[in-house]
Amino acid sequence: MLTPVLTENWDAERSWTLASYEQGGGYGALRKALAELQPDDVITMVKDSGLRGRGGAGFPTGMKWSFIPQDLPKPKYLVVNADESEPGTCKDIPLMMASPHTLVEGVILSSYAIRANHAFIYVRGEVLHVVRRLQQAVREAYAAGHLGKGIHGSGYDLELVVHAGAGAYICGEETALLDSLEGRRGQPRLRPPFPAVAGLYASPTVVNNVESIASVPSIVAHGADWFSSMGTEKSKGYVIYSLSGHVKKPGQYEAPLGITLRELLDLGGGMREGHELKFWTPGGSSTPLLTHEHLDMPLDYEAVGAAGSMLGTRALQIFDETTCVVRAVLRWTEFYKHESCGKCTPCREGTWWLVQSLTRLERGDLTRAEGEQMLDLLLDQCDHILGRSFCALGDGATSSVTSSIQYFRDEYLSHLDGGGCPFDPAASTAWAGQEVHQ
Amino acid sequence: MTETTASLDAKTIDELKQIAARYPQARSGLLPMLHLVQSAQGRITPEGIDACAEVLGLSAAEVSGVATFYTMYKRRPVGDFHVGVCTNTLCAVMGGDQIFERVKQHLGVGNDETAERRDGDAATVSVEHIECNAACDYAPVMMVNWEFMDNQTPESAVQLVDDLRAGTPVSSTRGPKLCSWREAERVLAGFEDGLADEGPAAGPASLVGLEIAREKNWSAPATGEAEGQRSE
Repeated sequence: MLTPVLTENWDAERSWTLASYEQGGGYGALRKALAELQPDDVITMVKDSGLRGRGGAGFPTGMKWSFIPQDLPKPKYLVVNADESEPGTCKDIPLMMASPHTLVEGVILSSYAIRANHAFIYVRGEVLHVVRRLQQAVREAYAAGHLGKGIHGSGYDLELVVHAGAGAYICGEETALLDSLEGRRGQPRLRPPFPAVAGLYASPTVVNNVESIASVPSIVAHGADWFSSMGTEKSKGYVIYSLSGHVKKPGQYEAPLGITLRELLDLGGGMREGHELKFWTPGGSSTPLLTHEHLDMPLDYEAVGAAGSMLGTRALQIFDETTCVVRAVLRWTEFYKHESCGKCTPCREGTWWLVQSLTRLERGDLTRAEGEQMLDLLLDQCDHILGRSFCALGDGATSSVTSSIQYFRDEYLSHLDGGGCPFDPAASTAWAGQEVHQ
Repeated sequence: MTETTASLDAKTIDELKQIAARYPQARSGLLPMLHLVQSAQGRITPEGIDACAEVLGLSAAEVSGVATFYTMYKRRPVGDFHVGVCTNTLCAVMGGDQIFERVKQHLGVGNDETAERRDGDAATVSVEHIECNAACDYAPVMMVNWEFMDNQTPESAVQLVDDLRAGTPVSSTRGPKLCSWREAERVLAGFEDGLADEGPAAGPASLVGLEIAREKNWSAPATGEAEGQRSE
């Protein structure tokens, strides 16, 4: 039921070091590729494996690579999106902390495939120890001849730079990330042109999530068939599911695509004692909320999409009945308002208005009739944000608003007539029911 | 926290140039260069902006426009230890809101402020509420100088800031003994500090799935040789 591949060595002694990684067979895929495979062979393997982007959008990775025009004289670049910041998402950070070499080996294989001689890992700045581990891993990889000029006598050269960001959720959006990596404000670009044609320095560029790139060594080592033997019909392979919130065992669970939330909860002992599931996100705060109705839905790209949400980053944030959905949604909305880069008016102004409307609803000093109007206004505001900006930040901001009104309209109304929030925030804390807290 | 700022020395200017030289186009170095300015001067100073502009051939306004976009760049000094409390939804619900209120009250400060240094304090502490820091399986989460402090309570948070002010050594729950904010900024600028081997590979929550798989003897399908044979 669980299939540890990426997480397999996380409990190894000093797993972050080159010695430990190589002892477990690490860099074997790189040696094999350089000795036996042409770059196009690697692209074909990744295409055949069915690997889809693990950063949220789920675009087929091999297809993305094949969009890189190989007949242009411009240099090509690989940029790893290690700016993990989507609320609820917490898989890339532990991966890079425990096994940075898995990512580095993936970077080398992927760069070889797209014929890039320069690659970057753009890691968010707020994770100091992860930055340290990446810096050391890259230094070790150079010293071992896995990076640099003429890697293992192959004539293939690759330079890899670890680049720390400086605090901006929007830089996880691939074109904003590229602007940021060029030393600018991180603001999204209008597409087309797509990064594959005009990305970093207006050159052909692949931007991939950490987990996508880290999956490549296993595909090269074990084959496309091995990878696609896991998962569902259109969602192939293994992924990391991140369970957080009101559950007995929050943490990282690596499983084939298609496992259900009920199965994951059962593995971890279920919800915290005496409480029941109320709502959850399948893939971070930008993916519409789901409820107990969706416990048996396969967590793959298709099924979650069919349920009106998105698989996203498999950031399963679990909330029990002590949680006020209005409070949760308002807090996420404040986040989007803060993180909107300000470039596009519908997102910049719209997220501000969403916060105003939600704040009034949460405060509850409206009559029921006014409250009903306010809910309609909220949905109207969402309609003026969704799909109207350069990037998906604004779209994500509307997800929890519209889905919470769909499933919990009555809970919004229960705040009205001066009542305010009917929930006790102390009841939802990690220490609720334990008398250590004064 | 000192109000007087030493001017950038020749070594720092040289390091700013080294950062720019890491990239195919020098301007790509601007974010790490600004981290280095913070390490050298404790904040983003007008002098630091001018120095980056000079190295990169940009105007001060262009550099300033970048520096003001990112929340990690501070125009006012922070404490020796900059404490972040996650108040994004998941952590807030799990108790981050209570922790943030308690810490502010204990230190007598508002958001993004530095507590006054009292007689006998070994170090200063500033506090700010932060957004999701990618550690939701350890909620409620705090950060100190961008090191993880997992699974906090109001009590542990108060103890933490008291220890920091008193100069009692504190270690990250998933990392080394805490360094100063300025030392941390130097690492973010790309200069290693030799602490990568400190701390565990992974915290307990990162390993729960792996431990269950080990207990139940579950694994990914076998592959035979590493030469890419088909699995059965």
